[in-house]
Amino acid sequence: MAKTMYEKIWDAHFVHQEEGQAPLMYVDRHLMHEVTSPQAFEGLKIANRPIRNNHSILATLDHCVPTKLADRLNLPDPIGAKQVQTMMDNCQEHGLILYDMKSKNNGIIHVVVPEHGFVHPGMTTVCGDSHTATHGAFGALAFGIGTSEVEHVMATQCLPQLKSKTMLVKVDGKLSKFSTAKDIALAVIGKIGTAGGNGYVIEYAGEAIEALSMQGRMTLCNMAIESGARAGLVAPDQKTIDFLEGKEFAPKGDYWDRAVTYWKSLPSDEGSKFDSVIEFRAEDIAPQVTWGTSPEQVVPVDQYVPAPGDFENEGKAIACKSALDYMGLEPGTKMTDIEVDFVFLGSCTNSRIEDFRAAAAVAKGTKVPSRVTAIAVPGSYLVKAQAEQEGLDKIFTDAGWEWREPGCSMCLAMNGDQLKPGERCASTSNRNFEGRQGKGGRTHLVSPAMAAATAGAGRFVDIRQLDNS
Amino acid sequence: MEKYTNHTSVAALMNRSNVDTDQIIAKQFLKKVERTGFGQHLFHDWRFNEDGTPNAEFELNNPKFDGAKVLVVGDNFGCGSSREHAPWAIEDYGFNTIISTSFADIFYNNCFKNGILPIVVDADTLKALMSEISANQGVEFSIDLDKQKVSTPGGISVSFDIDGFRKHNLANGLDDIGLTLAHTDRIDSFEAKHKETFPWLWVS
Repeated sequence: MAKTMYEKIWDAHFVHQEEGQAPLMYVDRHLMHEVTSPQAFEGLKIANRPIRNNHSILATLDHCVPTKLADRLNLPDPIGAKQVQTMMDNCQEHGLILYDMKSKNNGIIHVVVPEHGFVHPGMTTVCGDSHTATHGAFGALAFGIGTSEVEHVMATQCLPQLKSKTMLVKVDGKLSKFSTAKDIALAVIGKIGTAGGNGYVIEYAGEAIEALSMQGRMTLCNMAIESGARAGLVAPDQKTIDFLEGKEFAPKGDYWDRAVTYWKSLPSDEGSKFDSVIEFRAEDIAPQVTWGTSPEQVVPVDQYVPAPGDFENEGKAIACKSALDYMGLEPGTKMTDIEVDFVFLGSCTNSRIEDFRAAAAVAKGTKVPSRVTAIAVPGSYLVKAQAEQEGLDKIFTDAGWEWREPGCSMCLAMNGDQLKPGERCASTSNRNFEGRQGKGGRTHLVSPAMAAATAGAGRFVDIRQLDNS
Repeated sequence: MEKYTNHTSVAALMNRSNVDTDQIIAKQFLKKVERTGFGQHLFHDWRFNEDGTPNAEFELNNPKFDGAKVLVVGDNFGCGSSREHAPWAIEDYGFNTIISTSFADIFYNNCFKNGILPIVVDADTLKALMSEISANQGVEFSIDLDKQKVSTPGGISVSFDIDGFRKHNLANGLDDIGLTLAHTDRIDSFEAKHKETFPWLWVS
């Protein structure tokens, strides 16, 4: 029978199903950071259970770590410092690989893992972090879990899992040069809603997805969770293989050839059935900007802030009203008339080298207005080093941006980087929830190029208008 | 984990949709390395004023909802981050049952690890339950896990679905790590075969 990629990965990891219990799924890779793991280690200790396979684990420090160098050397927050120290102690005690703050490999978990080729196509991968979906870009089944499940995986290398439904999001056609993977992600969420993917694993396919780079695919899969999906997947192809070849944890020698043969068998079979199919035309996807407090509250940049009356669904109309109150916006306002106080370029969604190249190309020669603060936060030290080698840091600092050390930074604002109440931010991160970037802070999600254009103008800009080529 | 037993308790109403885990437990409280003590921070930004006093406007600060174990909420509750601190805070505050039309996937899973029963009902039922609470604040709903039924003094009686395995664990307060470890021999033999098929997974 023709199988989807999800079904192939599921079948290859099915361990056992006891009558009346959920199927047990084997876990190949377990990623960790400091926020969602300490209670899991404590649970193991209390129950006197060992870690079953400590080689399956890779850990980093990212959420709590400051992005200002002086603060990294001497963490200003004692509670955060304790969490960081606890992670270091746990990793040392159990012999786990940890990219601590002094490591040249340190960075955001979902940025550093691909940099080292730790996740391959066909693997099951979990992390106590919802943006684990990122690794679906490699054709790996990757999803976020809670801390109890982190403990479960450490103890058993398995998870009781109910099978998800499958959704195919097909994007055919060619994306305009101003639209990016981020715009596809936002447009999809705008259409299906933040609960549209509940119960599903989404496979993204079609001409426009095949045309995306690996980094673009990571951005897209990263945001699968914002549509409620358990995971996002993109079929592995030559780009995937080329990306992984030679990486530290990639298969070597004979194993490489065997692995590549296997990876090539993973894409969904011709004629395989999905429970739901949604189609888009890439040409229709303009640069997107969110206007509300949910990623589904999004419009193309040349559009206007909607009114509650624009929504037929009562719940969405109420949500619109409360979002407008929180965001301090009037219906009918042109998106490009909205001024910002802050611009954040970074996060596990958009902090890879291509993101900085795209933003730098727009930032070059611009000047951030003095009333605006713009920060560029690389996803890892490797990204930072690469960007500096290419002179991108200079482009940003010349344009009036701050160039920071890597970390999650203002995506979730638990590390000192945050908005003040009422401040408005153009952000390349993934969530525009109330208070996400600081209590009372107002977040608008955009792509890196849009963020750079916004920083230069101090308000949202339709980057298609900047084109002089 | 405590066993979930049938109960009749005050049902609190929070008519908001897409309540995300950032609202349930804000990031500044995620730095603790313990599992306990999160209830005091539940819905912090909505629940408290700038000066730390309770916000009288916030639904759960309504004294009629004191001691509520049942929380009735709008669509897609618990979306966003995977933080289990969210169900820890809800449980620690005193709720053991949440009723909505839908829950975000990871949050839904996390509830069962913490003795919380998330109940999915259809949109009309949710509306009726919400109306009953609005009309009679402090009303007590009866939750019967055995019979998979919610009933109210207003005469609503509705069944709900729950996976049998999850129901069993919830009713018996079972640690499901122990259940998985009982299959260690199966895991061992699976792993041996997996290693043979995909030897590169173990090479680092």
